[in-house]
Amino acid sequence: MFGLSAKDTRLFFIVTGLVAFAPFLMNPFPTGSAMAQFNAGYPDLMQRFVIFGIFAIGFNLLFGLTGYLSFGHAAFLGAGSYAAVWMLKLLTINVIPAILISTVVAGAFALLIGFISLRRSGIYFSILTLAFAQMAFALAASVLTPITGGETGLQTALNDPRILDGIASSGGNIPAPALFGLEMRNSYVWNVSGWTFTFNAGYYLAGAFMIVAFYLSMRIFRSPFGLMLQAIKTNQTRLNYTGLNSRPYTLAVFVISGMYAGLAGGLMASMDPLAGAERMQWTASGEVVLMTILGGAGTLIGPVLGAGFIKYFENIFSKINSNVLHEWFAFMPDGMEDFIVTILYPFVGKGWHLTLGIMFMMVVIFLPGGLVEGGQRIANLFRRKKSQPSEADGAKTPAE
Amino acid sequence: MSKSNFTRRGLLKTSAVAGGATLAAPQFFSPSWADGHAGYLNAPQGDTVTLGFNVPQSGPYADEGADELRAYELAVEHLNGGGDAGMMNTFSSKALTGNGVLGKKVAYVTGDTQTKPDAARASAKSMIEKDGAVMITGGSSSGVAVAVQALCQEAGIIFMAGLTHSNDTTGKDKKANGFRHFFNSYMSGAALAPILGANYGKDRKAYHLTADYNWGYTTEEAVRTSTEAMGWETVAAVKTPLTQTDFSSYIAPVLQSGADVLVLNHYGGNMVNSLTNAVQFGLRDKQVNGKNFEIIVPLYSRLMAKGAGANVKGIFGSTNWHWSLTDEGSKAFVKSFGEKYGFPPSQAAHTCYVQTMLYADAAERAGTFNPCGIAEALEGFEFDGMGNGPTLYRAEDHQCFKDVLVVKGKENPTSEFDLLEIVEVTPAAQVTYDASIFGGELGTCNPGA
Repeated sequence: MFGLSAKDTRLFFIVTGLVAFAPFLMNPFPTGSAMAQFNAGYPDLMQRFVIFGIFAIGFNLLFGLTGYLSFGHAAFLGAGSYAAVWMLKLLTINVIPAILISTVVAGAFALLIGFISLRRSGIYFSILTLAFAQMAFALAASVLTPITGGETGLQTALNDPRILDGIASSGGNIPAPALFGLEMRNSYVWNVSGWTFTFNAGYYLAGAFMIVAFYLSMRIFRSPFGLMLQAIKTNQTRLNYTGLNSRPYTLAVFVISGMYAGLAGGLMASMDPLAGAERMQWTASGEVVLMTILGGAGTLIGPVLGAGFIKYFENIFSKINSNVLHEWFAFMPDGMEDFIVTILYPFVGKGWHLTLGIMFMMVVIFLPGGLVEGGQRIANLFRRKKSQPSEADGAKTPAE
Repeated sequence: MSKSNFTRRGLLKTSAVAGGATLAAPQFFSPSWADGHAGYLNAPQGDTVTLGFNVPQSGPYADEGADELRAYELAVEHLNGGGDAGMMNTFSSKALTGNGVLGKKVAYVTGDTQTKPDAARASAKSMIEKDGAVMITGGSSSGVAVAVQALCQEAGIIFMAGLTHSNDTTGKDKKANGFRHFFNSYMSGAALAPILGANYGKDRKAYHLTADYNWGYTTEEAVRTSTEAMGWETVAAVKTPLTQTDFSSYIAPVLQSGADVLVLNHYGGNMVNSLTNAVQFGLRDKQVNGKNFEIIVPLYSRLMAKGAGANVKGIFGSTNWHWSLTDEGSKAFVKSFGEKYGFPPSQAAHTCYVQTMLYADAAERAGTFNPCGIAEALEGFEFDGMGNGPTLYRAEDHQCFKDVLVVKGKENPTSEFDLLEIVEVTPAAQVTYDASIFGGELGTCNPGA
């Protein structure tokens, strides 16, 4: 279906189902219960899951499929965000132009950086992209302050022109980004016997974009173009000896990947109209590398899983403070409670990086194929009798 | 909580989504709840009310963030009737009884702003959307405060600004749902200039190093304007990144510039590092233009003085509050803070504690947590007994007006906390300005639902 093999169609439907039913899947615990701390089904985080999913899918096309490790991908995310916020300020509060322009701007930016950086490969390419991204960050944070708002960030304001909207903001408040009148922060809340499920307009818009992005990445993986990219990854030197110029292919995938990042940036700005320079910082670029490797580089679904995993840690684990820990272990005798809390505290709250780091190490050492390999191993336990999967396609074969 | 705030253009007003949103409303706003607890976002339904404390736990302002969190925890304890009730005893309004707020026990959630607007907004959003907070407070950076204040305005939540000193917070970026107790750059400039003129003369050449974000800009501007008005000359003003930790490359050019005063528009870790660098370069022992070279830090805090150690001796600056004040409110606060944590509170802790109390008091007097009710109760509110003398919450820009302290690094500190001495208490009238000079629009209060 849709030009996909039966197996890919199944994967596609699984992803679609996950996105559609995320409000249920992310809120497995009743609102009042002690476990509600671990619920992730609130609009902001669900939006982040799918938006960073898009970012990681795009990054995976470049890193997982083509083998070019870019350390500066956040620059495109940031460029997309700025472009989107400017569209929201100048043109209209409708998100469609913002999202389109952010993708285009990031694509053009990627063309420029890719044209220069792709003259080298391997570590030199990584360093070049890192250098460009840091330049972009420094520009955004300081030199281009009139355009980017510097470290304060770029926001919408009451007196923005918004030429297509005419006399907007009559209510004395800044209009929220909307899709033809449907505000992105609008939610429908469904309360059923203790459970609360939130269906957010912005989430479903971003989710729809992610499904399209996922589908496109699937088609690219399976296309002759994708095959060429895999060839570049496997042995670029040999490819060049056959008389083939690989540069157009790498540049094309670099731009596509940049546009994915721009789309993610545009969606971020559409959900919350603010763009800050730190979105371009090298830590943000490093994060997407982590996401991809954690989930499984070179696999289709891996980057999405990795993005969800990291965002979950960042937003849920970081909010467990010593108070919450004390509540959990309140049933223990005092001394023991304090002891347990002292042991656990460095790993939660602001120490969530530590926990994530340990998880990352474990994954890289024991599951080099990322979470996807973990899933496959579990699945294989249950169907050991069946013959080994023979095809070496992108969905199965991890990166290095 | 269903928010069906469609715009006029509401193309989808009649669509299934909108229909669903309207259907949800009766289910949520059950008639059994009292009037004060319905009709706005995150109206507390159980026997607790949740506040969101969003402070920097990492980054250059982490020390201030930690102290803010201590103050918030202390305020919650006092509101719920624990401890010795601190400033609730000296507060001129007696609406708070130590029985929670409006009969509801105060609960809280915490978050890390990382001193980044993006992260701060994510953290505040999760407090609003996941934890159901009715009020967000905190922020040790004006960039963060402005970003979170805008978010709270959009969402329909009250924002009680913590430590934010930029004119923008209640100036060009002021919002109807945002309130600030802390003073601002303009007041620092107005209070400092006469003291500087009296001590250093009126023909100085100043060199500014400025943190590169909105607080730095307004502080530099305020100090420049007020010092230039009395005859000082500004030689140069250089912006430094917020994340900078080594300022030697910025200090070296100061010596060649012919300036005889260095103004450090830095706060927190930035100031500790830049001041230490400046002293290491021997700036303070230099003679330029026949005068002693001087350093000024417009916004001072005890935590910074502690970080910079002996380097702060004799350096002038301004502060919102200092623990050595001897009025009843300050004494009560220092006592209960000291008993709980073992050391005196910083100005960041003080303003955060006061903001929480003012919010709770406003809710109690308004009889509701509805942001519009709170705003009405706070606008034009005059109070006393919170450590700063008689204070006014001005209705036009939601800024508090009170006395400003000019302080100096102590030459002979008697303890590790006794680092600053108060040079002068500048009366509120001298630092009051017209609400319209910074532009910006307050907008209208937004209850969210």
